[in-house]
Amino acid sequence: MSVSRMVGPRAVVLVAAAGLLASACGGAKVGESPSGAGSAAPAAKSCGALNLAINPWVGYEANAAVIAYVAEKRLGCQVTKKDLKEEVAWQGFATGEVDAVVENWGHADLKKKYIDDQKVALSLGPTGNKGVIGWYVPPWMAQKYPDITQWKNLDKYADLFKTSESGGKGQLLDGDPSFVTNDAALVKNLDLNYKVVYAGSEAALITGFRQAEAQKKPMIGYFYEPQWFLSEVKLVKVDLPAYTEGCDADAAKVACDYPPYELDKVVSKKFADAAGPAYQLVKNFTWTNDDQNLVAKYISEDKMSAADAAEKWVEANPDKVKAWLPAS
Amino acid sequence: MTATVVARRPVWSRPYLLGGILAAWILLWILFRGQATLPLGGAELTPLHERIGQAADAIDNSRNSNPLFLYFINYIRLFIDEFVTFVQALISRPSFGRPVPVIGWLGVVAVATAVALLYGNVRVALLTAAGFVSFGLLGLWEESMDTLALTLAAVLLSLAIGVPLGIWAGLSNRFNRLVGPVLDFMQTMPTFVYLAPLTLFFLIGPASATVATMVYAIPPAIRITAHAIREVPEATVEAGTSLGSTPWQLLRKVRLPLAKRTIVVGVNQTIMAALSMVTIAALIDAPGLGKTVLKALETLDVGTSFNAGLAIVIMAIVLDRATSAAGRRVETAHRAGRARGRLWRRVQVSVVLAVTAVLLYLSYVYVWAAEFPKEADIGSFVRKGADAASEWAQANLYVSTNGFKNLVTYGLLNPFEAVLTGSPWWLVLLVVTVTALVLATVRVAVVCAVCLALLVALGLWQDSMVTLASTLVATVLVMALGIVVGVWMGRDERADRVIRPVLDAGQTMPAFVYLVPILGLFGATRFTAILAAVVYAAPVATKLVADGIRGVAAGAVEAATAAGSSAWQTISKVQVPMARSAVTLAASQGLCYVLAMVVVGGLVGAGALGYDVVSGFSQLQLRGKGLAAGLAIVVLGTMLAAITKSAARRADAAAHGRP
Repeated sequence: MSVSRMVGPRAVVLVAAAGLLASACGGAKVGESPSGAGSAAPAAKSCGALNLAINPWVGYEANAAVIAYVAEKRLGCQVTKKDLKEEVAWQGFATGEVDAVVENWGHADLKKKYIDDQKVALSLGPTGNKGVIGWYVPPWMAQKYPDITQWKNLDKYADLFKTSESGGKGQLLDGDPSFVTNDAALVKNLDLNYKVVYAGSEAALITGFRQAEAQKKPMIGYFYEPQWFLSEVKLVKVDLPAYTEGCDADAAKVACDYPPYELDKVVSKKFADAAGPAYQLVKNFTWTNDDQNLVAKYISEDKMSAADAAEKWVEANPDKVKAWLPAS
Repeated sequence: MTATVVARRPVWSRPYLLGGILAAWILLWILFRGQATLPLGGAELTPLHERIGQAADAIDNSRNSNPLFLYFINYIRLFIDEFVTFVQALISRPSFGRPVPVIGWLGVVAVATAVALLYGNVRVALLTAAGFVSFGLLGLWEESMDTLALTLAAVLLSLAIGVPLGIWAGLSNRFNRLVGPVLDFMQTMPTFVYLAPLTLFFLIGPASATVATMVYAIPPAIRITAHAIREVPEATVEAGTSLGSTPWQLLRKVRLPLAKRTIVVGVNQTIMAALSMVTIAALIDAPGLGKTVLKALETLDVGTSFNAGLAIVIMAIVLDRATSAAGRRVETAHRAGRARGRLWRRVQVSVVLAVTAVLLYLSYVYVWAAEFPKEADIGSFVRKGADAASEWAQANLYVSTNGFKNLVTYGLLNPFEAVLTGSPWWLVLLVVTVTALVLATVRVAVVCAVCLALLVALGLWQDSMVTLASTLVATVLVMALGIVVGVWMGRDERADRVIRPVLDAGQTMPAFVYLVPILGLFGATRFTAILAAVVYAAPVATKLVADGIRGVAAGAVEAATAAGSSAWQTISKVQVPMARSAVTLAASQGLCYVLAMVVVGGLVGAGALGYDVVSGFSQLQLRGKGLAAGLAIVVLGTMLAAITKSAARRADAAAHGRP
């Protein structure tokens, strides 16, 4: 019985296959029309390979996309993008698998290990982007409670920020695990009636702020710019006691704002020594926060692919790009 | 319960003893609250954590100066890299100077369908064909093939290592005892802990991703193979021995054929374990669907990540059903012998192979069969639909979900956590040990005491207690859900058929896909973490309960119905008690799965050990602490496994010991 049941589908398959065979005669053959499959990179004799780490945030990706686009299209390099977290990316300097990290946020510990101790990497100077870290509130709060942006007034509003997690105090939502935070010490040393709650991911922070603005719910949390989300919801920074050189020297006694970050580029020693065109490009690359935000917006809001976003920006800014190209 | 039971063991006294312990605990908690609770702030380290970090640094630095180690690892790396690259060249990457892979989409669909047809049945073959075509329709053909290539490579290597080791563990008691704890360790140690070190040894690339997957996928292969070998009836083996078989013959002609069906279950579980690593492996540049999910998470693009998650779920379901069907076929073939028409089978096989060969050839030669047509795209609809659903839920359900969250948090989680974290560490140790003595054996009590002492030594006592509290609350919710839905499924075949795919989806959908919607609904809280754990763990518990309920003898149920029991009475007095060992198994498995989500919980506001592990992965100076937190999770798992195992043994004894 089961035998007769099985004949049916098989016969169908056979007929279908025959049909396919018949219809196939007119199809294009693989290799006949190269237009169909990706662009074969132009012969890359002079440039060679560029192994670009892609750290997992959109701003980074904007930098990397533009550099990769220019390296491929203008210099004829073969760019390999590798999606890696920061620590793993820096490890790649030591194992020779990563040539460049193109947006680095401080990371004194990694610099010490790979630049000073192992001497396998070096900094190539600022990207031109300025990083800011601090405490932020959603815009509706800054409007309704204008004095909330001064840290001295925070205690007055602590009750607003109570949640199921904060044990009767105000909740300070913290903790993108990739970023250094002094917030627990800050709360203690500024004697604020707040508890630091570790959200644990950038997605958690952004979702929190997005909901806070949409539902008009109170929220205060750790955030940073440049960040694509700020073009969607313009978070307002709370002023902590101003940063002065060295005020954050002892992590346990910090009572001041985060320092301004000069985001920089880091490359492997090997890549620097070879000093090819790609190295020149990475070295010369600088742009502004506005530039980065624009490309980040193409990627995040307009949902363009990184390559398309880069192309759009590069086409619109030929002068800036020209300044990065190696003088040849 | 009759007098004989009472005489054998004073069962009646247990509830009173437990009540007494609880009362004493609360009393002492009030007295000593807040003392010796051993807190440790987010960025604080203990000397032990610093030492672990330094040790890891030392290993980093000796990488280049330790030739023996390096050459050994290097050759393994080269082999795995070549292997994975070869599979990718076949199905996912432009290769051998061609702009497309060797086998195009039509060829892959044909081969997969043919395999499902030859080893499974027609229904599974149709499912396979539909599933594979859907990868293309979702607009994710290449990504899916990358994932498939990596999964296949990892599974094949896992089986090549796992099955022989499993056979060994099945034959040798000593090896079995030795390997057990190692496998436990491999399964409970969070992947985040060893992900970064792996790239140091195996470099960034397919090898690291494959090895990371294998660490998680090998244990089921070994365990289930060993179990299969042990299950072979002693009498059969003895019969073989008395016929003069050598040990080798015994293995090949008696044990392996009889164990084959269970070994196929092992293959199935290995595949599932490998697939569950897809997203995490993407953190170290593993190609495929995992990358799509992570990239989408950067911009909180729910639609795109759901689309890719859906492809992973489909792949898991197809592979699961295909291997299960193959397993059933092995069983029927075994029962039926080889009586039926070999000739007819041969004809069938040749026809299928011929058709497959033709389609393979087409996909090699013609563009239309090589590249999935871009016009056939339903991915954009899936993306838009998921986006809309997620946005609607976040905008409209927020108030009610928030209330539910507060109810569970204030009513259950906070009080429980307050007692656990507010008690001095020695009090918790005392309470747990005494409870284990009352409920289980001296051995279990010792294990518990040692484990808790280890948590103190690791410097992560308070974080461990916070995690423990959430874990237990999550397990309670998992069991509540598992029993309700499981009983329903066990009693109603139609409900089973509808719910099962949903459970499969919950189990295989990467948590990263639904992080954003549940974060939107519940905020970055411990409750969100508990919810993620329930989504992942409840399916397993539910399936086990359903199978247990269905396994209850029909006669017993009929007798109860005939005696005039209501449906509720039948369930509560007959079906659930008789399925007791399945329910305990569900609880212990549910607990394992909940623990596996501790790290994901750390990403959505659970803090504690999960966050320690995640930040240890992200920040160099916290690496030692992350490692210690990973160990603490393993220790917690060991302790809870010891307790549930002993409870399961008691449930088994109770079930079988009854008249």
